[in-house]
Amino acid sequence: MDFALTLEQRQFDDSLRDFLKDRLPMERLRMLADTANGFDESLWNGMIELGLPGLLVPERFGGAGLGVLDAAVAAEALGNAAAPLAFTGSMAMAPLAFTLCASQAQQDEWLPQIAGGEVRFAVAYAGLAGQTGAASVTLDGGTLSGRIEGVMDASAATHYLVFGRDGVASVVSADDPGVSTSLRRSIDRTRPLMDVSFNGAVAERLDAANDPLAAARTVLDAGRVVLAGDTLGAAQTMLDRAVAFAKERVQFGRVIGSFQGVKYMLADCVTALEPCRGMVWYAAYAQDALPDEARLTACHAKAHVSDVARDVARMTTEAHGGMGFTDLLGLHIWFKRIGFNRQILGTPERCREEAAQLQGWTLHV
Amino acid sequence: MDLTLSEPYQALQAEIRDFIRVHGDKSPKVGGGRKRPDQKTLDWQKRLLEHGYVGRTIPTEYGGAGKHPDVMEAAVIASEFARASVYAGLTNQGISMLVPTLLEVGTDEQKREYVGPTIRGDMIWCQGYSEPGNGSDLANAQTKAELRDGNWIVNGQKIWTSSAHYADMMFLLCRTEPQASKHEGLSYLLLSMKSEGLDARPLKTMTGRSEFNEVFFTDVKVPETQIVLGRGKGWYVANVTLKHERLMIGDAGKMTARLEQLIKLLSTNEVDGVKLIQMPEYRDRLLRLQGEVIAWKAHNLRLLTEAAQGIESGVKRMIVKYGGTMLGFRLSSLAVDAFGDAGLTYETLGEDSEADDATTWNIDYMYDVGLMIGGGSNNIQKNIIGERGLDLPREPKAAGRV
Repeated sequence: MDFALTLEQRQFDDSLRDFLKDRLPMERLRMLADTANGFDESLWNGMIELGLPGLLVPERFGGAGLGVLDAAVAAEALGNAAAPLAFTGSMAMAPLAFTLCASQAQQDEWLPQIAGGEVRFAVAYAGLAGQTGAASVTLDGGTLSGRIEGVMDASAATHYLVFGRDGVASVVSADDPGVSTSLRRSIDRTRPLMDVSFNGAVAERLDAANDPLAAARTVLDAGRVVLAGDTLGAAQTMLDRAVAFAKERVQFGRVIGSFQGVKYMLADCVTALEPCRGMVWYAAYAQDALPDEARLTACHAKAHVSDVARDVARMTTEAHGGMGFTDLLGLHIWFKRIGFNRQILGTPERCREEAAQLQGWTLHV
Repeated sequence: MDLTLSEPYQALQAEIRDFIRVHGDKSPKVGGGRKRPDQKTLDWQKRLLEHGYVGRTIPTEYGGAGKHPDVMEAAVIASEFARASVYAGLTNQGISMLVPTLLEVGTDEQKREYVGPTIRGDMIWCQGYSEPGNGSDLANAQTKAELRDGNWIVNGQKIWTSSAHYADMMFLLCRTEPQASKHEGLSYLLLSMKSEGLDARPLKTMTGRSEFNEVFFTDVKVPETQIVLGRGKGWYVANVTLKHERLMIGDAGKMTARLEQLIKLLSTNEVDGVKLIQMPEYRDRLLRLQGEVIAWKAHNLRLLTEAAQGIESGVKRMIVKYGGTMLGFRLSSLAVDAFGDAGLTYETLGEDSEADDATTWNIDYMYDVGLMIGGGSNNIQKNIIGERGLDLPREPKAAGRV
């Protein structure tokens, strides 16, 4: 038994973190937040060099053939840097969806393009993911109609991978004349949302899944675990910054970290946050290797890490005093990232509700 | 990452499952405790010792199985007994604190005299650490011992001494070098609870039971040789004990067991004919706790892996006591709430009796508050987490603080 990252995983994590540190200084983040479409082509190309788009693509299609655990570790690094990158949808959920749902011919066609970063998929759910906005589509023969609001990782998507309410997946090109989109700024300025209308758009059905609904949920679970990893990374950045600030800032002739009021708040943060790392690893490992626990741990990881991170975001902002509330420090970028991740692909309440259904704890399943 | 057990551990697992299948019916009831072990428990302990499921790493000449320390083996043993709800052996302060301390710093004579009887459960120890004026500030102990004619003469008072009312022996932290500094003036003595001048008075707690005692010393005579390591080394010895505690991995098994009990409770108890687990307000609290317990278990797997690899876990380890006691309290709080008004009946019926479920949960619920205070209160834990874990500066010393 070995519940730790391997040397390779740690080395990959280090190189990703180094890369992000160089590429995403605060000024660059601010600039990207202002451009509002949330796509940084140079960052995308850098990720291709690092092999990130192919992380979950099987080796025979040119990918690294790794698992959700590797994706979750990468997500933590991305959340740490507040990287505006369509990672969750394009690089984690999409390759998994093709692996689970696509025919051999469809895999041959799409997976190498995903691994090479030549296509960028946004993954959209018409229901299942617990959205509060409009989310309904009809797949009729070879065309898709309907509307899904608030799709993440879609600002520079070349294609949509749409899961219907029945779990059936289909692929639609973003420049199909039957697709119309409007980009909306979100609370997280580095990550806008897309409202997508399909009006008889040409759709290629992925129909190799034996149980489409189960496959759609497996992809959703992986997405939730990856988001939990991202949230963990964002919360860790906020905590690290608050601890550093508390060692420097002087009030009443003392550094504020020596006051128990501040010290205890930060101790509370680390006490709640550190077990979240084990939880993200465990839930991610479950997606790869423990099928009986996969759904339950994904729901709980998304819910629990989101809840802990909300407290950490609040307390670490407070620890910065008035400066924490300003735009100047940029701390709010991570605060909002945590808020974004919390609501997307199912809120904590929704995820816990699904966990209850899984265990037969509800009256109406 | 790989959560499967490697071959030797699988073999150990299979061996224990066999053992439990054959002998499991002789196991005393799990839980309870806080009383002198009865004959059934002593017989069971002996059987476990023979198989090396307790005292596993203690050298054979002192009554153990003499195996090489292996954190993963310890985890397999603990989890197999927990899984089968079979008694995993005595846990008391003699076994978990005094024995490892003596093995590290005791004389050969002390080891021979005390280790065997203690791990067999024949000799019960209590810990003479806290004092009325010095709870969190343990090193400030004022109970004093003076050497006179080959004996230490002990005077003073200890408090929060669990099991003193039935213990045979005490390990005592006392001041023998009044001229030395706070930390260098202490010594660690081993003494009989039957010593003349020693008076242990049960201290009734909010649970209605007497889990603790006050112990008064009036000219208590302790032979000079009953010192561990030497004069002025008491603080060092006490810290050896704490170092050994670090190897005991936080009790995720207990949290899991409690969560399972809670799920059963909420699946059984009803209000107006509706099961609590189907009522969103109760269910959401249960689900939140289930999430926390999953995180806690995963955290413990990390600690276990690091301990097995000899990695110092730092802040990850420091959060265990604070985080664990708080989670424990949230679990027992939901249980108490699930009983509602029907759980208000409270009959502790003395120390030895088995209480009903509601009373047992109520005792846990209150005892959990005690756990937040004992063994370094949660505020002390937060100081440790902040100062040693996050490297935040210490509170400036108050005037007169040493």
